[in-house]
Amino acid sequence: MRAVLPGRLDAAMDALAGDPGLVPLAGGTDLLVHWPVRTTARDADYLDLTGLDELRPIRWEEGTLVLGALSTYWDAIVDPRIRSELPLLIDAARQVGAVQIQSRGTWAGNVINGSPAADGVPVLMAYGATVVLASTAGRREVPLDAFYTGYRETVRRPDELVVEIRVPRGERPFEAFVKVGPRRAQSIAKVGLAMARDEAGWRVAVASVAPVVKRCPAVETLLDGGGPLAGPEDLQTAFRQDVAPIDDLRSTAEYRERVLARVAWHALRDGGAIPD
Amino acid sequence: MPPESAPIEVAFRLNGEEVAVSAEPAERLLDLLRYRLGLTGTKEGCGEGECGACTVWLDGIPVDSCLVPAFQARGRDVRTIESVPEEALRPLVASGATQCGACTPGVVMTAMWVLENPGLLETHTIRELMAGNLCRCTGYDGIVDGVAAMLAARGEERGE
Repeated sequence: MRAVLPGRLDAAMDALAGDPGLVPLAGGTDLLVHWPVRTTARDADYLDLTGLDELRPIRWEEGTLVLGALSTYWDAIVDPRIRSELPLLIDAARQVGAVQIQSRGTWAGNVINGSPAADGVPVLMAYGATVVLASTAGRREVPLDAFYTGYRETVRRPDELVVEIRVPRGERPFEAFVKVGPRRAQSIAKVGLAMARDEAGWRVAVASVAPVVKRCPAVETLLDGGGPLAGPEDLQTAFRQDVAPIDDLRSTAEYRERVLARVAWHALRDGGAIPD
Repeated sequence: MPPESAPIEVAFRLNGEEVAVSAEPAERLLDLLRYRLGLTGTKEGCGEGECGACTVWLDGIPVDSCLVPAFQARGRDVRTIESVPEEALRPLVASGATQCGACTPGVVMTAMWVLENPGLLETHTIRELMAGNLCRCTGYDGIVDGVAAMLAARGEERGE
């Protein structure tokens, strides 16, 4: 195992351009799990990002919250401005492990790890976030809902680093995040759901019900139409077009699909988006 | 900049004192503390960031030291259970916050952090703040009561 320890972003990008096999490493909450016995992971070559202060800050621009690639869940949890403007980030962050994970895990790491059960990703996607990738060849900005190409596969080239995540600010008359797990703390989602409506319409993003975290165009179309909904079954019919849940050690496909529709229904009703 | 496969010099502040050791690239902070520096108070439980037995402070906030590469400690401030004065543990002992003791060093490090940051209780419950420390003996009530007692004692000291 080897480690590259750059102190500046341009040095990090140079290193990655010279050796695209390097694995970028930040908080380590995914990559270091059982490190001593996962010999393939342990023996990989790592590019340590924690010396890159350029990637650290949370920054507010007009219309955008910029999460530097090293910003953690805890950075968001203790930020009162995020709590008031983009509360779903806090709702999701508080359900990622506990403080020991929240203090180390990064939003960018959650995105790049590509787990279909990610907690941060559906919320970022419902908010319409974009991912900024940088390399010695330049920068590009990719919408998060176009970032995943398959199970744990993304559009990131091996020479690129995620340097920031950009989250649009603005009025959202409705927003909700629901995570269904076996218990409230320290669990991995059986179903994750984030929904937000802004002037452009609904964005509905789901986790643990497809190979990737994804948007649900059929459900969004249904909600954008504004027609009456008789019950969770109407949502489930739409969700069925959008998701492809499986049976695995955490849950079953049938449970996931039914519960997804029901938690969406209750979130919409509790939030006043469906008349009683 | 070729990758370092040779040992990496890791200089950091440990329980208030500067230390410098050379670490293997694949060494975890947990291993560095226990096996190279002899601070065996920090325990390994699960090795996957679930149980919190290996909790230490990194720049003042709890982390699972099994998920921290030793080289990431360079230039940072690390605090372990060895830095906690014995008298600080009394409210926990009195509340039945420990039995077999495997989780206790981690529990104490998180509890001390809550004690140092009581403002967190405006947004969080003790239970949520302590959720990263699993305990199979106490049923948690003793731990929650112990942290509450520590906070109450600290408040009295300050005349609140």
